[in-house]
Amino acid sequence: MKITTIALNTFKEAKRDRVLYLLFFFVAVCLLFSRFLALLTVGDRVKIIKDVGLASISLFGMLMAILMGTGLVYKEIDKKTIFTLLSKPIHRAEFLLGKFLGLVLTIFIMTVLMTAVFMLILFLHTFAVDWKILLAILYIFFELCLMTAVALLFSTFTTPILASLYSLAFYLIGHLSWSLEMLIKKVKSGAGRVALRVLYTVLPDLENFNFKTEVVHNLPIPGKLLGVSFIYGVVYTAFLLLLAMLVFRRRDFV
Amino acid sequence: MGKVLELENVHKAYKLGFILKKKPVLKGVSFHVNEGEIFGYLGPNGAGKTTTIKCILNLIFPDSGRITIFGEDSLRPRARQKVGFLPENPYFYDYLTGREFLAFYADLLGIHGQLREEKIKYFLKLVGMERAADLQLRKYSRGMLQRIGLAQALLNDPALVILDEPMGGLDPIGRKEFRDIIVNLKKEGKTVFLSSHILQDIEMICDRVAIILAGEIINQGYLGDLISEKVLFTEVIIGGVPAAEFSHLGESVSTSGDRVLLKVFEEEKIDRVINLVQQNKGKIISLLPRTETLEDIFVNMVKNQ
Ligand SMILES: Nc1ncnc2c1ncn2[C@@H]1O[C@H](COP(=O)(O)OP(=O)(O)O)[C@@H](O)[C@H]1O
Ligand SMILES: [Mg+2]
Repeated sequence: MKITTIALNTFKEAKRDRVLYLLFFFVAVCLLFSRFLALLTVGDRVKIIKDVGLASISLFGMLMAILMGTGLVYKEIDKKTIFTLLSKPIHRAEFLLGKFLGLVLTIFIMTVLMTAVFMLILFLHTFAVDWKILLAILYIFFELCLMTAVALLFSTFTTPILASLYSLAFYLIGHLSWSLEMLIKKVKSGAGRVALRVLYTVLPDLENFNFKTEVVHNLPIPGKLLGVSFIYGVVYTAFLLLLAMLVFRRRDFV
Repeated sequence: MGKVLELENVHKAYKLGFILKKKPVLKGVSFHVNEGEIFGYLGPNGAGKTTTIKCILNLIFPDSGRITIFGEDSLRPRARQKVGFLPENPYFYDYLTGREFLAFYADLLGIHGQLREEKIKYFLKLVGMERAADLQLRKYSRGMLQRIGLAQALLNDPALVILDEPMGGLDPIGRKEFRDIIVNLKKEGKTVFLSSHILQDIEMICDRVAIILAGEIINQGYLGDLISEKVLFTEVIIGGVPAAEFSHLGESVSTSGDRVLLKVFEEEKIDRVINLVQQNKGKIISLLPRTETLEDIFVNMVKNQ
């Protein structure tokens, strides 16, 4: 109940965040660009639209998650609104969870809006609805939830600018770490390989949520992979939130 | 009478920047607040009042020492169940209107539906903010924020109300209204803890006080015990008689026009002053015995440190 109240208030505040309108505008421009591009290319224009569309939803969603996620908790501390809030009988963990859920709700609605625009543009080109696209977007959304937790974690101990940089680094590492897996296959077994394995396990692998290629090129997606990716997302996000709570628990608000 | 709030030997130091140097702010603060009293926490700016309150509310953690609220360790959120708090400079979500602001905190405290609406209405009236209820907080003045902040602190019908410099930013009428509200809280059986650097606020309404100076409690107790009733001196304002006439009876502090302000220290000399005035066909404009005030105690202590 307390968590819901905080989440809804966070949503209310996030709605007022100019970041949202700006990024939404950019998505619109981006999608129009894909349309423009499609006009020039004779070949598989639909594939390009899908590609660019999914990539922009993922990119702009990520920017929203990072910019808002790092800003909202910091603002509460910086503007000292957190004093009154935490003087009520609520746990700091409840506060963080409320913030997280409020942000996730915001991101969800933004994703739905972007998807609607995207699907409309696509429909105007194909006059058919490709439902598989939604599956790819669902997993983009899971990734955005994870990124929100990342941003929240960093924002519990540092300024929005640094937290954004750290989150961005996390995002980049997360999308490059799969190449480690390729490397592991090429390295002979031994200490080096074990070290690489450990590194790969510790580092996030955000490519787990990437089903863009499969969807765009209409390749089969094994159900088991979807299941594993989903569980990976839930566990990783929970882990990040737990870490954020631990940092937040003993923090002084001066 | 039970102890509502108790601090035992609380220490707190702030970290200064990246260097590990620490600045001690609370140096072993101990005091307790009894049920049903108005307790004044008095000290000059920077003495550590706000820091103490933040420790009580768990916004910061003491380095050592123990704090209990209603016998419960302050580290547990449950200890704050029956506590209301008004921060020093009220910082609130400025995009909410006064009404939405109270609704938010009511929800947080588990007050919903009809009861919530009734409470909001009642407290808006109590703090005199009915007319500004639908204005965004960003458009409030400091005094208005203080008022809506007090309403927020009282929503959950707290048994202990903690107010950090509640009179700050208020005009004289507002101060009077706040004093009345605080005294009423006491009448309702609530305990009030209020901090201030302004003596008059505390002197007028508090039962007991603790005086903090540079992180240490230098005096605490009942106001009556701290302030002696004895007359320190009498201030006499005299018209129409030159100051020189009184030089053997008291200390003439100032003269303006034909008026003389005289400080008379011995009580028996007052009659002689009056006689002298009559002989010289002058008149007594006012005669005011000055008893020791909290301010005198306070100034003395600050000097002695
Ligand atoms: N965040 C902080 N970092 C370092 N010193 C601080 C901080 N906040 C307060 N102080 C210092 O602690 C002392 C007590 O501050 P405070 O409790 O706010 O005083 P008061 O409320 O009695 O005016 C002051 O000397 C102040 O400079
Ligand atoms: Mg203060």
